[in-house]
Amino acid sequence: MAIKTEEMVLNMGPQHPSTHGVLRLELALEGEIITNVIPHIGYLHRCFEKHCEAMTYPQIVPYTDRMDYLAPMGNEFGYAIAMEKLLGIQVPERVDYIRVIMAELQRISSHLVALGTYGADIGAFTPFLYCFIDREKVLNLFEITCGARLLYNYIWIGGLSHDLHPDFVRKTREFIKEFRPNLKEINDLLSHNRIFIDRTANVGILPIDTAINYGVSGPNLRGSGFKWDIRKDDPYSIYNKFDFDIPVGEGKYGTVGDSWDRYYVRVLEMEESCRIIEQALDQLPEGDVQSAIPKRVKPVVGNVYARVENPRGDLGYFIISDGSTSPYRVKVRAPSFVTMQVLNELCKGYMVADVVTILGSIDIVLGEIDR
Amino acid sequence: MMYDFLVDLFGNSVFADIIAGTIQSLLPLFLFILPFALFAVYLERKVSAHMQDRLGPMRTGWHGWKQTIADIIKLIQKEDIIATDNDKLLFNLAPIVVFVGSYAAFAAIPFSSYFIGTELDLGIFYIVAVTGLVVAGILMAGWASNNKYSLLGSMRSVAQIISYEIPTILVMLSLVMISGTMSLHTLSEQQTGYAWNWYIFGGPGMTLSKFLLIPSMFIGFLIIYISTLAEVNRTPFDIPEAESELVSGYHTEYSGMKFAMFFLAEYANMFAVSAIVVALFLGGYQSPVGYFGDLIGASWMIPIEQFTWFTVKGLFFVFVQMWLRWTLPRLRVDQLMTTSWKYLIPIAFVNLIIIGLITLL
Repeated sequence: MAIKTEEMVLNMGPQHPSTHGVLRLELALEGEIITNVIPHIGYLHRCFEKHCEAMTYPQIVPYTDRMDYLAPMGNEFGYAIAMEKLLGIQVPERVDYIRVIMAELQRISSHLVALGTYGADIGAFTPFLYCFIDREKVLNLFEITCGARLLYNYIWIGGLSHDLHPDFVRKTREFIKEFRPNLKEINDLLSHNRIFIDRTANVGILPIDTAINYGVSGPNLRGSGFKWDIRKDDPYSIYNKFDFDIPVGEGKYGTVGDSWDRYYVRVLEMEESCRIIEQALDQLPEGDVQSAIPKRVKPVVGNVYARVENPRGDLGYFIISDGSTSPYRVKVRAPSFVTMQVLNELCKGYMVADVVTILGSIDIVLGEIDR
Repeated sequence: MMYDFLVDLFGNSVFADIIAGTIQSLLPLFLFILPFALFAVYLERKVSAHMQDRLGPMRTGWHGWKQTIADIIKLIQKEDIIATDNDKLLFNLAPIVVFVGSYAAFAAIPFSSYFIGTELDLGIFYIVAVTGLVVAGILMAGWASNNKYSLLGSMRSVAQIISYEIPTILVMLSLVMISGTMSLHTLSEQQTGYAWNWYIFGGPGMTLSKFLLIPSMFIGFLIIYISTLAEVNRTPFDIPEAESELVSGYHTEYSGMKFAMFFLAEYANMFAVSAIVVALFLGGYQSPVGYFGDLIGASWMIPIEQFTWFTVKGLFFVFVQMWLRWTLPRLRVDQLMTTSWKYLIPIAFVNLIIIGLITLL
């Protein structure tokens, strides 16, 4: 007589330490093996897109901050670019440089959170705090620039809310000088740790074709070995003026596209961001950062789509204007939302512990998924 | 020995027997385990804080030394929550079983040549047996909680402890073969003299077999240390309580004093396994450099010195456990099983055979 067995359904979240926010996963388990993962989203839904329709264009900027709350600078950057395209504004060169510096600093801070929380997911808690020490320094830079540490409202349509603090350039150079050895330390402690490699290599393999079919972008796509970065392939702002590489996953310890590759692409990207910041600081021109800010934002009837390379991938804004001071419709293509759909594909056949590994490696932010 | 002393103190009667027995069994608890747990929690906080460039508790008293006391008071005051669907009997029994299991192990641990709870001829065997009780307690806790995370955690824990007991016992067996005794007290006595006589360096005497044994003993020491880490669920083997996956494993549903019992048992266990490793391989309570009491002719000082040495050695390994915990990531449950069944157990077996052959010489 065969013993009757049934699948166990395990609810993971929304209150769970490693779902990176209020995400609920419905796991179907065969013992400890995953047979199906159903993500349930919406616990952080704030009606961002609908809310935009009731506000004027400049008022939307602070709300974009609250989508990917680990990379508000990137969100503002994308929105500003979309609006400038719609309004036909050419921003001063200094503004472009400062925006790029801010976006890259933000990329570093965002990837540091990704790295740190990933380490904590695998069970190594110490690298988490090391990452946060460096992130703190980036936040201090933002604080002297615009007064805020998390939600900046810094990049406005056509300009910036403040010019740089006189100490900013010196402090940023100091930060980069301190950051490089720290990054090496994090690498020694976590990236090349044998247990960490055992946990992440060959886990959650994302082949290139699956990644493209699902629309995965950013470090997750590059982790699969596909060289695609909007900063290079569809340059916006002044990214074509800088010399930097696009790191891709190479399958150093396992198969190309495994969790370790996705993780390590982020580590390498931080170094590239440092290079961009250094070049931008060297070339930083003088000028007025508020000269191009329009007094009244009232675009003509039409629509615009603009996208930027956010730390989590391809962030796109589709804005329809009906000629009034508020948008008719704003639609955001959030990279985390698109990436999370691939979760079921990645998790099948792995163990419960691997769900945490995989979820951490695709680095989602719930604020962006639910908007 | 302590028992004899107590019986002498209270006179020779049945009541004296009972009183002496009670005092004797409670002494280690109040003299050692509770203060140790308080200290270990504080130490863990401070060690982890300094490893992470933090300060740790600083507000409650000098460098926050009152923090754990405040925690205990908080835990005692807390409401004891039992959910409706819990199996009440097992749920209440589980923390007691776990605590008794790890507490009972202290009875056979020789803190010094005079401070031994009970001098058992089968000390090693006894410790292996009573710590096995912890497995039952954990399984009870996981099952009675009626929570899927708890159940997964306790299942993992049981699988892990059972798997890692085998290499532990194999290494212990090799030591029993060399020393010819199962009493931890006798084992410690054999390693008297200087550090060179410790079993990690092949044991006492200056024979050929001692030198042949050194590599095997080193391997044995490493195996037993790794296995004991797994037995007390410490990183990199803290899978049963993997907080990033299972919230906190089998004690997720516990609150208040019952949770404190698990907590206490965990820290008591940390010292117990370190103490066993010390007693087996690192001379137990023996000093590595000779006794100050011998030097000045005050023999009453020797037990105190021995106690100090034993505690220092034990605490060192507790510190190593903390060190590992705040440095290493966690293994996955299948990798954990692989480590035990594919590496540790075969190596321990081969080691046992080699040691057996050398002892035959």
